[in-house]
Amino acid sequence: MTTRRQLLSAIGMIGGATALYQAMTTLGHAAETQFTGPPNLSGARTGTSVIVLGAGLAGMVAAYELTKAGYQVRILEYQPRAGGRNWSLYGGDTYTELGGATQHVAFAPGNYLNPGPWRIPHHHRTLLHYCKTFGVQLEPFIQFNHNAYVQNADAFGGKPQRFHEVAADFEGNVAELLGKAIDQKALDSDLTAEDRDRLKVALREWGVLDENMRYVKGLRSSEHRGYDRPPGGGVNGAPTPSDPFDFTDVLKSGVWENMAFFMSMEMQTTMFQPVGGMGMIGKAFARQVQPLITHNAKVSKIFQDKTGVVVTYSDTGTGAVSEAKADFCVCTIPLGVLNQIDINVTPEKQAAIAAVPYSNAVKIGLEMKRRFWEEDDYIYGGHSFTSQDIGLISYPNNHMFQDGPAVILGAFSRSGLSANRLAGMTPEQRIEAALAQGSVFHPDRYRKEFSNGASVAWSRVPWTLGCCARWNEDTRKAHYQTLVAIDDRIVLAGEHASYVGCWMEGALTSSLDAITRLHRRALEA
Amino acid sequence: MQNPSPRVLLMFAMAIAAFAVPALADEPGGLTKASDPVTGEEVYTQVCQACHMANARGGQGAAVIPALAGNPRLAIAAYPIAMVVNGRGAMPGFTDILNPTQIANVVGYVRTHFGNAYTKPVTPQEVAKIEGAK
Repeated sequence: MTTRRQLLSAIGMIGGATALYQAMTTLGHAAETQFTGPPNLSGARTGTSVIVLGAGLAGMVAAYELTKAGYQVRILEYQPRAGGRNWSLYGGDTYTELGGATQHVAFAPGNYLNPGPWRIPHHHRTLLHYCKTFGVQLEPFIQFNHNAYVQNADAFGGKPQRFHEVAADFEGNVAELLGKAIDQKALDSDLTAEDRDRLKVALREWGVLDENMRYVKGLRSSEHRGYDRPPGGGVNGAPTPSDPFDFTDVLKSGVWENMAFFMSMEMQTTMFQPVGGMGMIGKAFARQVQPLITHNAKVSKIFQDKTGVVVTYSDTGTGAVSEAKADFCVCTIPLGVLNQIDINVTPEKQAAIAAVPYSNAVKIGLEMKRRFWEEDDYIYGGHSFTSQDIGLISYPNNHMFQDGPAVILGAFSRSGLSANRLAGMTPEQRIEAALAQGSVFHPDRYRKEFSNGASVAWSRVPWTLGCCARWNEDTRKAHYQTLVAIDDRIVLAGEHASYVGCWMEGALTSSLDAITRLHRRALEA
Repeated sequence: MQNPSPRVLLMFAMAIAAFAVPALADEPGGLTKASDPVTGEEVYTQVCQACHMANARGGQGAAVIPALAGNPRLAIAAYPIAMVVNGRGAMPGFTDILNPTQIANVVGYVRTHFGNAYTKPVTPQEVAKIEGAK
């Protein structure tokens, strides 16, 4: 029997690298996205209308592409702002969360907090396509900074250490131990003699071991972990090596979790951010479809029958109730909200809408009077991780080396207890918690340089009641296909209707798939 | 590598275990080390009020987060226990971060505070029973 590998090898020999890549893509390897280009729908029947619920990215891309296809499109949006979870808070903005707490953001001009999405993987090609098409200027997002800190209450007495020191020591020790296992013949039954030799070479190189296969203090290990005195010029140009950490502390630090974090496809560099804040993407989409949007529209009922769809909504300012009619409906309302709206879809679809809980997440922006992390600690972008509730602090990726105030992301908390702890606080208490916890990385300066802050707890965001859909294997199996299927005249779209959950790419790919199917359905009607 | 032995697999697993963890969501890599809440009040403050608010009155935006204050549905303990265990709609179940004792404590707390006066104690056994029925 020919294995897949043999087949690919043969294709590679016959057709060269391009053929090999194409074959691998066809067989499901190598490809990182399902996006092959915009849908280019065309030929809508004259006069056919679609109502889109929600002016987030899913709703706006649906409106944009359906309008191009010839449909009459209208969008209803609960908020006075388009963009949905694609959102940046700037100085002068006001934000009122559920429960009534209102924050007046006081950041300096040009500074911002991205409460929702904040980084774009290089392989989220749908999003990158529309950014280019709509003229959104992108800049690098410094995802991986070896010189930022890792901090864990259980290791090094709670003192933060540079990522490059701890990671180098983790790899060096693992390499040395595996080398010992080979020398103690523990791998003889698993590896040929030749492969054992190859692996030893790899371990020596990768783990920066000495000629005796030991991870020891020396210029070699210091090339990875850093020097006591770095190399320089002239009389004192010679570097002096640093002492590796105690391996027990390295293990306790959980640094492998931070290392693994950067290995997942979604987190691999290169990553991007829009110049001026993530909200620039929502604004660019809105420029394409703004005349179609009715803002401040709170949907209370979605009713379909043989003749079309009727959406009942009220104006959030005046309370005036209206109806909007269309032939079809693309509904991008988050499931937790949709679950409370009267909608006549099948019982199975209702069950699917009700089956998916939403995650919580908390982001806190702290404006500092100067870039002390750059000026004093030589950290330029990237994240310092902590075992405390704030999860991490992240340094701004733009305007480096400049004077004046800059905004640090003072918390991105997503795990259950820690996010809920921060979310349950008042905005003032959140700032205090972020200052207290973040000070572990930059003691003396963190509070001293602090100017003002803002926070968003997603469990209290009035238009989502949560951050994003939390599927698991059981709910996927029981409900996903039902959720994404067209229900007569209604189709759902959004990150919740994708396998790229929590990402803008999921919202877009879901929406493009939904409208492609809806277009086919409309032509068959 | 040919047919690695269980011992070698274990060794590699120890070295690289975490690297296989899927991270489909955009989440930080940090760990959580703050001490866990114990009493009903602690659990309420550190978990429930993230949505239901410090005064237990919930909130209303595009949709509603129900008030727990003065809520007659709390009369029968099984109802709020099932909510915390299973969740509903946007609300997740909390058995991944709360054990039966913590859930019993917080349900007992909510049933006797915020204008509610259902004094019959809630036991971890009641919670475990409903968890078992999941």
